Amino acid sequence: MRALCYIGGRFQGEPGIMSQSFSGHDLTCIRGERVVFAGLGFEVAAGGALILTGPNGSGKSSLLRLMAGLLQPEAGEMRRDGADVADDPAVHRSSLHYVGHKDAVKPVLSAAENLAFWAAMRGAAGAIETSLDALGLERLADVPARFLSAGETRRLSLARLVASPAPLWLLDEPTVVLDARAVRLLAGLIARHRAEGGMVVAATHTELGLGDETRLELADFARPHQPALGAAAL
Amino acid sequence: MTAALRQLVLRDLRLALRQGADAVMVVMFFVITVSLFPLGIGPELNVLARISAGVIWVTALLATMLSLDRIFQHDYEDGSLELMILAPVPLEAVVLAKVAAHWLVTGLPLIVAAPLLAVLMNMPAEGFATLLVAMLLGTPTSSLIGAVGAALTLGARRGGVLVSLLVLPLYVPLLIFGVAAVDGAITGLGVRPHLLILGAMLAAALPLATWAAAAALRQSQT
Repeated sequence: MRALCYIGGRFQGEPGIMSQSFSGHDLTCIRGERVVFAGLGFEVAAGGALILTGPNGSGKSSLLRLMAGLLQPEAGEMRRDGADVADDPAVHRSSLHYVGHKDAVKPVLSAAENLAFWAAMRGAAGAIETSLDALGLERLADVPARFLSAGETRRLSLARLVASPAPLWLLDEPTVVLDARAVRLLAGLIARHRAEGGMVVAATHTELGLGDETRLELADFARPHQPALGAAAL
Repeated sequence: MTAALRQLVLRDLRLALRQGADAVMVVMFFVITVSLFPLGIGPELNVLARISAGVIWVTALLATMLSLDRIFQHDYEDGSLELMILAPVPLEAVVLAKVAAHWLVTGLPLIVAAPLLAVLMNMPAEGFATLLVAMLLGTPTSSLIGAVGAALTLGARRGGVLVSLLVLPLYVPLLIFGVAAVDGAITGLGVRPHLLILGAMLAAALPLATWAAAAALRQSQT
């Protein structure tokens, strides 16, 4: 299968010589009856980081789901290495990691079992212990996930990024329940991923201290459907 | 890809075993509901024998229906479904693996319990083997059809009621030919055509229901 070869061969085998890029043009997103954003464009190059900012409801999560292919844009297109994502969504999906608000962790499985399953689903085997190590979860490997704290559960979810390599990381508020040390761990993972030529798009209110990220303010692309009702009353 | 699907089936089985109550409850529902009929109708052996196949089939379909929310609902709520849609495995294959796990956890125990209940309902001995074969062909179909209903009602409020409205009418052909096969065996009129039709329904549901459920799962993300 083409998708599996892509992960197993090209990215893992030759991380140094990737020439990756991911871009979107004139994207419009409609949720319900509301235009969340319109005319939005972005570009991430190999080793690049794009931080999405904006107030609540400005469409950060919607844009990330759009990028992952979970939502379809109402208008516009996304290109991966110059090729339209819509032409071959399977290849695009197989080369990205999406970490959303929900942790996809089963309470009755142990931390290691949870992680091993998601790694297996992406065709990666082994490296479970190293991945747990990378997020500081090594002592919790055999603990059922229902005993993990919110921060530990989130770190387990982030361990998927390490367990099965993929060039594009889409992170939705990854730092929300993390403590300062875990945020530094995540920042370190992102730095290493970018040094290997990977790309990161993250929506976050916490400073990750990346230093050279590009920022995209989603409020700039908002199309208010109607004036806020409260404004008229005031 | 096969390795990933094997892991998916194993994971669903493991989840069902560790949350053991769920799987046991479906069989218990089956047993208790069937045993209500002799109590309600009275211990007339002829009447019980006449209705035995119908009661067992109706109850088995209801028990399957009760367990449908287990196929996708939890994975939908905790975000696992998003990751399965994004995994480099065709979503249709994911659906098939999850239905297989669902059948192993619910359909198979129903088949095991069926002969016991057939004795309870005074079913003539000639019908036993046919009942088992018919259920072996019919319960995977009911899991497949149920998966479509379960996928369509994800995110809906009162999904449980909605799923029965969607799925029960589609179970009617299964019920008709499942009961007709057992009656055919008991009366000696022949079982082959009924079993062939049940097999045909399974053969049709395998690709069609898998495809429809996968489409509904993609839709559930919007």
